[in-house]
Amino acid sequence: METFNYVKAPNLEKALASANEAKFIAGGTTLVDLMKLHVETPKTLVDINLLPLDKIEKLPDGGLRIGAMVRNSDLAWNDEVKKSYPVLSEALLSGASPQLRNMATTGGNLLQRTRCMYFREPDAGTPGGYGCNKRTPGSGCAAMDGFNRIHAVLGTSDKCIATHPSDMCVAMAALEAVIHVEGPKGKRTIPFADFHKLPGDTPHIENALEPGDLITYVDLPKPVEGAKSTYLKLRDRASYEFALASAAVVARVEGGHIRYIRVALGGVGTKPWRSREAEAALMGKSATATTFKAAAEAALAKAKPHKDNAFKVELAKRCLVRSLKTATATA
Amino acid sequence: MADSIDTRFRHLRSHTPEHSNHPLAPDQQSVELEPIGLESAHVRVSRRSFLSGIGATGLLASAAPLSTAATVEEPAQEQTEAAGGSTITLRVNGKDYTLKNLDPRATLLDTLRERIHLTGTKKGCDHGQCGACTVHVNGRRVNSCLSFALMHEGDEITTIEGVGQPGNLHAMQAAFVEHDGYQCGYCTSGQIMSAVALLKEPIGPSDDDVKQAMSGNICRCGAYTNILAAVKQVRSRA
Repeated sequence: METFNYVKAPNLEKALASANEAKFIAGGTTLVDLMKLHVETPKTLVDINLLPLDKIEKLPDGGLRIGAMVRNSDLAWNDEVKKSYPVLSEALLSGASPQLRNMATTGGNLLQRTRCMYFREPDAGTPGGYGCNKRTPGSGCAAMDGFNRIHAVLGTSDKCIATHPSDMCVAMAALEAVIHVEGPKGKRTIPFADFHKLPGDTPHIENALEPGDLITYVDLPKPVEGAKSTYLKLRDRASYEFALASAAVVARVEGGHIRYIRVALGGVGTKPWRSREAEAALMGKSATATTFKAAAEAALAKAKPHKDNAFKVELAKRCLVRSLKTATATA
Repeated sequence: MADSIDTRFRHLRSHTPEHSNHPLAPDQQSVELEPIGLESAHVRVSRRSFLSGIGATGLLASAAPLSTAATVEEPAQEQTEAAGGSTITLRVNGKDYTLKNLDPRATLLDTLRERIHLTGTKKGCDHGQCGACTVHVNGRRVNSCLSFALMHEGDEITTIEGVGQPGNLHAMQAAFVEHDGYQCGYCTSGQIMSAVALLKEPIGPSDDDVKQAMSGNICRCGAYTNILAAVKQVRSRA
């Protein structure tokens, strides 16, 4: 591991003032891991664990404000989240292990980095190492013609096919969360759909944050009245594994027809994948297996499989159909 | 002979009941520890210090700050901004340990094992994937390999040595013995730290709930059935 300067920020002002050319460290579950692999080599680490951003509060408009430092386990077990946003609780509890969830934070999870093994390859960059445009811009993409069973089929480019690994983010995409950021240019909010970036020609740019920006809160809109929500995650083992395909659904059915619908997919996209195509195929339609199947077809219509991951297209469709069935089931 | 055994188990001393006649109560004890390096080799050689010494020697060439700072006593700093090493106090199993010249790269795991010599916590994968390094921080289980020691000043850290000791086993330790919840034993301390923590977590009553809650701890020998039996027994009696 490269050495670094360590600064413990006593408050938000100090944290922002120290942010220049630094990385913030909260739970550390992604960052320390990648520092050991020489993928992340920050010169300075600003420890933000003392910042008072660890509260979950009801907003006057009925929404929920989640501090960036709220740990994944605390968010998953929060009574209001379990009651009004079950999709989020289920997504969080399906991710990582209990130990990691006790460490990992809400803000950190938004910035979780891909599990692409070529991105994580420690010897990359040396002669004979693997190219990765996300880790080392311009070095190529070894996954494109390599082992790409875990890679993305949606939102890929000819520079990068790395899957976004987060479960929490998939639920937040379906819930239309809003991210609060504070940085050198002051405070601003970013709608969830605009936060993560498609790889395009710049896969190393993963989100809308600018240098020195710190995520402070994530707001969830007021729960949709009468809606049910659910998260389904399919993977190689029953627990402690990343998704091969997952689906988050928020749905309200009235008189057998779908009157509100939000759909997001995980494990298949280069970012948390909100599927407006699926939503369009579902909105106003009768909540039947035929409709669900059509929505799943629409969601994966633009899928671009590679050598080893073609199975994900069918898997994601079935995953979504199953989730829609659960979310629209009466009683 | 008695001497060398005494040296070998030096790191266990203050944690064993026989030493409860220490002039200070356990929670008032404070120990100052220096990094192990060439200069501190006057300590009688045990297998552990010998191996640790080799580690420090090997590092001399590549990472100077780790070893050259061994005999330099730096004053405590109000804010730990120094790159070369910081002095911090960690509270482990109710006891304060002042650590001089701590490398910022030192994980909580390595610091517990190599500096404080609490070697019950094991290093498995070193990447948060196996759970062998599980300890409690402020009562919650975490992977100590994915955290820097500098981040834990002021925290209450509990390791397997603080959960129970020979002659004074925690109910979970006793249940692991009773149900043979291990084979090689390498993952056991992490398994027990997770199992003790889950007693206070809001998890369901079924076997599947327990398995899910224990899924962050990998056992290569495959003692899972016996581990489950041990955890269920303690939960049913709690």
